[in-house]
Amino acid sequence: MNGFLIYVAKRFGQFVFVVVTGVTLAFLIAHFSPVDPVEQTLSLVTSFGATDPRSVEILRQSLRELYGTDGSLIEQYFLFWSRVVRGDFGPSLSAFPTPVMTIISRALPWTIGLLTLATIIAWVVGNTLGAIAGYFRDSRVMKVVGLFVMALQPIPTYISGLTLLIVFGFLWPILPISGGAQLNLEPGFTWAYITSVIQYGTLPALTLVLVGIGGWFISMRSLVSNIVTDDHVVYAELGGVSSRTVFSQYVARNAMLPQVTGLALSLGNVFGGAVIVEFIFNYPGIGKLMVAGIYAGDYSLVLGVTTFSVIAVAVAVFLIDITYPLIDPRVKLG
Amino acid sequence: MFKVLRDLLRYNREFLCGTLLVSIILGVVIASFFAPYDEMMTYAVIPDMPPGPEYWLGTNSRGQDMFWQLAASMRNTLMFGIVVALISRVIAIAVGLISGYVGGKTDQIIMAFNDTLGALPNIPILLLLVFVLRDQMTWPVLALTAALLGWTHDSRLIRSVAMSLRTREFTRHAAFSGMRTGQILLREHLPYVMPIVFFTTMNNLIWAIGLEVTLSILGFSDINRPTIGGMIYWANAHSAMVAGIWWWIAVPMVAVVMLFIGLFLLAMSVNEYIDPRSRLARMGA
Repeated sequence: MNGFLIYVAKRFGQFVFVVVTGVTLAFLIAHFSPVDPVEQTLSLVTSFGATDPRSVEILRQSLRELYGTDGSLIEQYFLFWSRVVRGDFGPSLSAFPTPVMTIISRALPWTIGLLTLATIIAWVVGNTLGAIAGYFRDSRVMKVVGLFVMALQPIPTYISGLTLLIVFGFLWPILPISGGAQLNLEPGFTWAYITSVIQYGTLPALTLVLVGIGGWFISMRSLVSNIVTDDHVVYAELGGVSSRTVFSQYVARNAMLPQVTGLALSLGNVFGGAVIVEFIFNYPGIGKLMVAGIYAGDYSLVLGVTTFSVIAVAVAVFLIDITYPLIDPRVKLG
Repeated sequence: MFKVLRDLLRYNREFLCGTLLVSIILGVVIASFFAPYDEMMTYAVIPDMPPGPEYWLGTNSRGQDMFWQLAASMRNTLMFGIVVALISRVIAIAVGLISGYVGGKTDQIIMAFNDTLGALPNIPILLLLVFVLRDQMTWPVLALTAALLGWTHDSRLIRSVAMSLRTREFTRHAAFSGMRTGQILLREHLPYVMPIVFFTTMNNLIWAIGLEVTLSILGFSDINRPTIGGMIYWANAHSAMVAGIWWWIAVPMVAVVMLFIGLFLLAMSVNEYIDPRSRLARMGA
């Protein structure tokens, strides 16, 4: 158990390091921006009519406090941290005065649902197919599957998404291509609403799955085909262990370990892909929020979403990392 | 080197296909230097002409010949990818070789930094930067930023090879005969990692071009400068699919898919060539 604690402590250190770097980076980028959120809000407010200069000055002061752009660089930096810890990113500019955090928490379930589902499907399907293809190297069927999966792999998220959109939206319109659920339905745990969410999520999820499968397939296949020639596998085969057991217990289990690490490493990229997919399918998640924020020039929203997603990805990576000892008992021994 | 290439072309079907696809794209890029009119010009030809003998790939609603537009876009997009790949290669090689050779605490610190950078999601950070810089975000700035974000995975690969080189006989010989660390890394170790560098360059190109296409499609780059993503951006802005001008979307998409599959096949076949086990399997052993 001691080894496990050391392992978790190390991972936690890495997690803290990633979060600090990411938040600092986001702060620095935003700080040296020519866009001043205070002046932007002011011009928004004052454009509705004449306001006397004194109240503008008072407004400016309170806006500065609101956005945390008061004081020196160091002061602002620590202020930013205290805001991040409290989850307070100030009010959104385009939906003034709704807090950014409220908007994010509204979009969050969509992104988490879409990403979790698509990532798990891609990981499981890709690794299963890859393991089978690696174990039965000479199978004709698996060669065809491999060719197909590998042709999909290098194609960027946007192209796959757009292709699916054109095929299922224009040429053969059977699936909804825009939004998260049917608009005239009341959100809740009703049958109609849930089926609608599934229907609307199919194409975005399919895009992410198609893009994701290839990488897992290729690395799993090469891992498995290397392990198959290992002594312990040959010994088990000669000893008459059934090929099903050899495949699942001797080969696939060992090959899975680097794939779990790979899953943690790839999450950042997966999130990037989700931003694009949400934009294409107009899916009401974090990614779409960010793009919309940029279009609207919404400073606090963009900064909030960036900071939030850096932290969220780090948390997800950390969670995957600490489940690793469950499948690799060697970590526990330290 | 040439012999290896010749053998690869002769015996490796993936390498041949990859070379072919990339050559077609390069041919289009070369053609861009002979364009009959300025690539930024709009309404140079009759708008909305379908592909035919006069306009090979049709024309778009902005009155641009798709072929010449594609040629210029491919050139710019490829240029972006190559700049990113080159800069990030230099960083990856330097970090990987030094970290692997020096080892110890230095290696641990460098790798901790490496992994931290690698764990940050690129797209949100790039989007924030684009948002902040707005019009100052020219393509060289974007290329530099992408290069600074995109080397971490490859430096780890290079490091793993450098670590095994460190304990080899010839490294000790070199060190004892008085070569400086820099010399050992450049003259003795660099040649060994070159195949990996080539392999990762292809993947990095794919990643960088994908990034550029993504940002341009969202409209977050200089949209007047023709790029592959920019072509799709304009097609979307004019609702090309709804208007039935399918070739406006299809041409850049097919071209970029050709490029990606070509690069991917090259990377795959070279990777297979590097790995002696798969080379043996290919020979039927």
